[in-house]
Amino acid sequence: MILDFITLAFTNLKKRQVRSWLTMLGIFIGIAAVVSLISLGQGLQDAISKQFETLGSDKITITAGAGLSGPPGSGFTSAKITQHDVDLIEKIGGIKGVVPINFKMGRVYFDDQLKYTYVYGIPLEEDMRSIVDSMSNIKVADGRRIEQGDTNVVMAGYGLSTGDIFEKEVKVRDKLLIEDKKFEVVGTLETIGNKADDSAIFMPLDKWREVFNEPEIISMIVVQVQDGDNVNDIAEEIKLRMRKDRGLKEGEEDFNILTSEQLADVFKIVFGIVQAVLIGIAAISLVVGGIGIMNTMYTSVLERTKEIGIMKAIGAKNSDILTLFLLESGLLGLVGGLIGITLGVGISKVVVLIAQEFIGTGLLGASFPPILIVGALTFSLVIGSLSGMLPAIQASKLKPVDALRYE
Amino acid sequence: MAILSLNEVWKTYEIGEEKVNAMAGINLNVNKGDFITIMGPSGSGKSTTMNMIGCLDVPSSGAVLLENQDISHLEESDLAIIRGKKIGFIFQKFNLIPTLTALENVELPMMFQEIPKEIRKERAAKLLGMVGLAGRLDHRPNELSGGEQQRVAIARALSNDPEIIVADEPTGNLDSKTGVNVMDFLRQLNKQGKTIIIVTHNEELTKYSSKVYMLRDGKIQNE
Ligand SMILES: Nc1ncnc2c1ncn2[C@@H]1O[C@H](COP(=O)(O)OP(=O)(O)OP(=O)(O)O)[C@@H](O)[C@H]1O
Ligand SMILES: [Mg+2]
Repeated sequence: MILDFITLAFTNLKKRQVRSWLTMLGIFIGIAAVVSLISLGQGLQDAISKQFETLGSDKITITAGAGLSGPPGSGFTSAKITQHDVDLIEKIGGIKGVVPINFKMGRVYFDDQLKYTYVYGIPLEEDMRSIVDSMSNIKVADGRRIEQGDTNVVMAGYGLSTGDIFEKEVKVRDKLLIEDKKFEVVGTLETIGNKADDSAIFMPLDKWREVFNEPEIISMIVVQVQDGDNVNDIAEEIKLRMRKDRGLKEGEEDFNILTSEQLADVFKIVFGIVQAVLIGIAAISLVVGGIGIMNTMYTSVLERTKEIGIMKAIGAKNSDILTLFLLESGLLGLVGGLIGITLGVGISKVVVLIAQEFIGTGLLGASFPPILIVGALTFSLVIGSLSGMLPAIQASKLKPVDALRYE
Repeated sequence: MAILSLNEVWKTYEIGEEKVNAMAGINLNVNKGDFITIMGPSGSGKSTTMNMIGCLDVPSSGAVLLENQDISHLEESDLAIIRGKKIGFIFQKFNLIPTLTALENVELPMMFQEIPKEIRKERAAKLLGMVGLAGRLDHRPNELSGGEQQRVAIARALSNDPEIIVADEPTGNLDSKTGVNVMDFLRQLNKQGKTIIIVTHNEELTKYSSKVYMLRDGKIQNE
């Protein structure tokens, strides 16, 4: 029975194809926007979480500068972090290791081609190594890693070994000229997950200081605590000691201390707000789409007044007419939703592809939880039916005699 | 025995201050198997009376008895059920649903009675064959001539096998030859035992009738 009504509703929509498509346009643009925004947002959140998971929840990073005004190490700030701070932090209880890491844009020649890329200086002492490795997700793909006692050797990131940076692929035993000094590649790395890190070169910290002529400065200190539960307490303690040491008041810090959790939270909050705003805008477009359906259905009721009269004359009950019109508007919503979801999934996939191609993060994936698909579909059906409610009620209440007289 | 009777039925329309009595105390009885013709000048209340007989409308006062049940105070949804089961309508302007094929148009009243698709299709095809349209099942109304459309309408009126066929000027939009053809169908139906009530302006057609009512100003003249 209901199947017959659906067929009938479908016939009616097909008869007014152009109008039906235009009406659905309003719904599917909104649904496509919502689906792609949520799926990308979810994917981005997952990516952020994954990044911070590799970082580990038991780590604290300290960088120079005030506030989260830019990527670490980029700020033009007079404040410096030096070995003195490392020594200061090491004295605090509950800490497993304190690791200084340096990085800078470097001039790199390979096969007579010049490129600028990040060069990292990492400590090689046994106790620091595991922290560095897990911290930056370093895994050797070919050759070996740099060891204590190595001097003029480096590890080349994934991007160099695949030919993304230089025209020629960088292989183990190739020679690089970094800041006019000769180095040999002893190992190439697996992908770290983002283009910036994958195009980096890693060398021993001491050598880095020599190459860049920076005997003192430290780009970033990574602290690993003994017990993950105390991360925030220890972060506070570090803040307090460094402030005292520098003679600064609270709130005047010229350095940043972030636990991985805080870092993740900051990202998530900012990101959540942006996403909420975007989805809000998309939701408005859905409301507009709903009004579009209502408008179409009112027009349809008016146009088909006579038809309604005929159907009533041949035995259609008010509830039959109501069902018929509700089904029509519901179908408009549902089909619009289906197209919207398909479109939204497509948009997300394209955005992910573009992100991989141009920003180079293989981490960003779009995620489509079943609840999103089912939810979007239900939502579009509800919008369609709700928008059609008033016109359908109006249609069902028409008096048969009046409707039949209508021309 | 009367299967349908109107007792002192009034239908009054108020337009602003003015009152129009489309029906002014009409009494009439329809017996099973009757072929009743209603005639009268334009505006005399023929269509209004037909709507009352066909349970499309309820009177301002008076009673409409269908098989001894007073339907004049029923809700629209109850009237719809009665119409669907007991009345078949044929209109002057055919009134087929333009988006549906001939077959689907004939199926429609059965669909509202929740008759299964298979049975509906079979019966609709049979009825269309009976009115000589076996070759036009998949034509839409705008692909049919006026006479053919009216025959589809006759098949549709018969689809739920109603007791009473109500036809308001069924030949009004047809040329005289096609009109005679349509009347032949109605006469055949009457012979098979259907009760037929028809409005017409054509004196010729009264010869088929068992009874003729003349209407004027909402009243029956020849009681
Ligand atoms: N819905 C309505 N509102 C107001 N007046 C109406 C309405 N329906 C009918 N009337 C009036 O009632 C009177 C009878 O109308 P009705 O349609 O029954 O006439 P008719 O005999 O069928 O005429 P025709 O031969 O032209 O079809 C007319 O004066 C008409 O104007
Ligand atoms: Mg009339």
